[in-house]
Amino acid sequence: MSTTPSLLVEDVAFAYPDGHQALYGVDLRIEPGERVALLGPNGAGKTTLVLHLNGILRPGRGTISVAGLPVTKTNLREVRRRVGIVFQDPDDQLFMPTVGEDVAFGPRNLGLPEPEVAARVAAALEQVGMEGYADRPPHHLSFGQRRRVAVATVLSMHPEILVLDEPSSNLDPAGRRELAEVLDALPVTLLMVTHDLPYAMQLCARSVVLDRGVVVADGGTRGLLADPALLARHRLELPYGFGPTRA
Amino acid sequence: MGARHGGALSARYVAGTSPVHRLPPHVKLVAVLAYALVVVATPVHAGWAPWAYAGYLVAVLAVAAVAGVRPGRLARSLVVETPFVVFALLLPFVTRGPRVEVAGLSLSESGLQTGGALLAKATLSVLAATVLAATTEPRALLRGLERLRLPAALVQILGFMIRYVDVVGGELHRMRVARESRAFDGRRRGALRVVGAAAGALFIRSYERGERVHLAMLSRGYTGRLPGGPAVAVPPRDWATGLTLPLAAAAVLATGMLLG
Repeated sequence: MSTTPSLLVEDVAFAYPDGHQALYGVDLRIEPGERVALLGPNGAGKTTLVLHLNGILRPGRGTISVAGLPVTKTNLREVRRRVGIVFQDPDDQLFMPTVGEDVAFGPRNLGLPEPEVAARVAAALEQVGMEGYADRPPHHLSFGQRRRVAVATVLSMHPEILVLDEPSSNLDPAGRRELAEVLDALPVTLLMVTHDLPYAMQLCARSVVLDRGVVVADGGTRGLLADPALLARHRLELPYGFGPTRA
Repeated sequence: MGARHGGALSARYVAGTSPVHRLPPHVKLVAVLAYALVVVATPVHAGWAPWAYAGYLVAVLAVAAVAGVRPGRLARSLVVETPFVVFALLLPFVTRGPRVEVAGLSLSESGLQTGGALLAKATLSVLAATVLAATTEPRALLRGLERLRLPAALVQILGFMIRYVDVVGGELHRMRVARESRAFDGRRRGALRVVGAAAGALFIRSYERGERVHLAMLSRGYTGRLPGGPAVAVPPRDWATGLTLPLAAAAVLATGMLLG
């Protein structure tokens, strides 16, 4: 149990400049290779927490460390390499003229030599099943393809932990399944923010429920989803006809 | 969601493998700029000027032919110079000086010359720019501008424009469809207020998207400089090929000045 966790969040509290308090002391420990779903209603502080993980936001209180490295101003570059955030709208993430240049954006910011950049781009695109699309402009791809490319743009930085914000939103069922297959095959630590409870159950053995800025539940996904009182308390709902024990 | 258009900006590009297509973008940019400078430097009131314009025209049409740019596309591109045309047509009427009678109208002689020269110079420059746009992808043009040491911030802004013009255009389109689906009629009284509100909403959305894009960039280690790919050295032969057009134009100009 003495291994360094991939992610360690200790007593993190945060208030926005306008005074709105979003986090009231969050604790979270994620071990290497774990896949964790971060659940909670809108406004629970999920996105705020995510933006703390790579130092975009700084906690008012508490500390965060990624694979033992504290998130501080001096460590920002390495922290942002270690924490790969995939944002919800792939059009926000993919801003370069071509898929290949976009996947190369992170590695080039890290100052890697060109042959290494090229190798990483090829490997990352292959990991998400998008090899052969490197020269295509992002707006020519389907939504599902763009989301998978967005995953590749952070995979190319060889992150310690992959953080996905609503990965299944707006995907058609086939796109949803394809992304699940891609994520399932990735050998990285994963933190997935989602409202899609069946998706959480499919991909993550463990779930954490965040509500009103604190962690209110942390345990096996199946067990959490089988607790109707807990779900109701935190505005979480399973799709009609879906039962975690039967699925 | 909805039909995705091929890209408003890349629509001007015609894929091909002609020698003009293969030239490095910054060589082409320099060539077009130099050509335009030669064209503009032609003295307006010289008697041989029309012959020089004809020479320039032949040169640019030859390049267009080599590049496989069809005459129809060249003609359509001339629409952008409509404001110049209007201005050029006005000149013979408003300029002072000796008058000549043309079809019963009294026109200024120098106005005719100036207007004609303006029209010729604008047309020739637009033609050269059209060949450039038709043979160079927008992102290649950006790389060219970058190599020509245009300030990085400007190149980045242009790059984001190319990337997001379709995204924002798609948003605008969806907003219009949603408006019209609720029986909105743009010609009715008060419609302008609605369209103004929509423009405001689009601006806010784009601004917010800009912030999200910036966050996503920071998350991947952006520090203010967009990392470029490796720069390939350009063989002197490409420069020689690329500069054929401005050199030919310069030769025409020099001939006119010596003989005229």
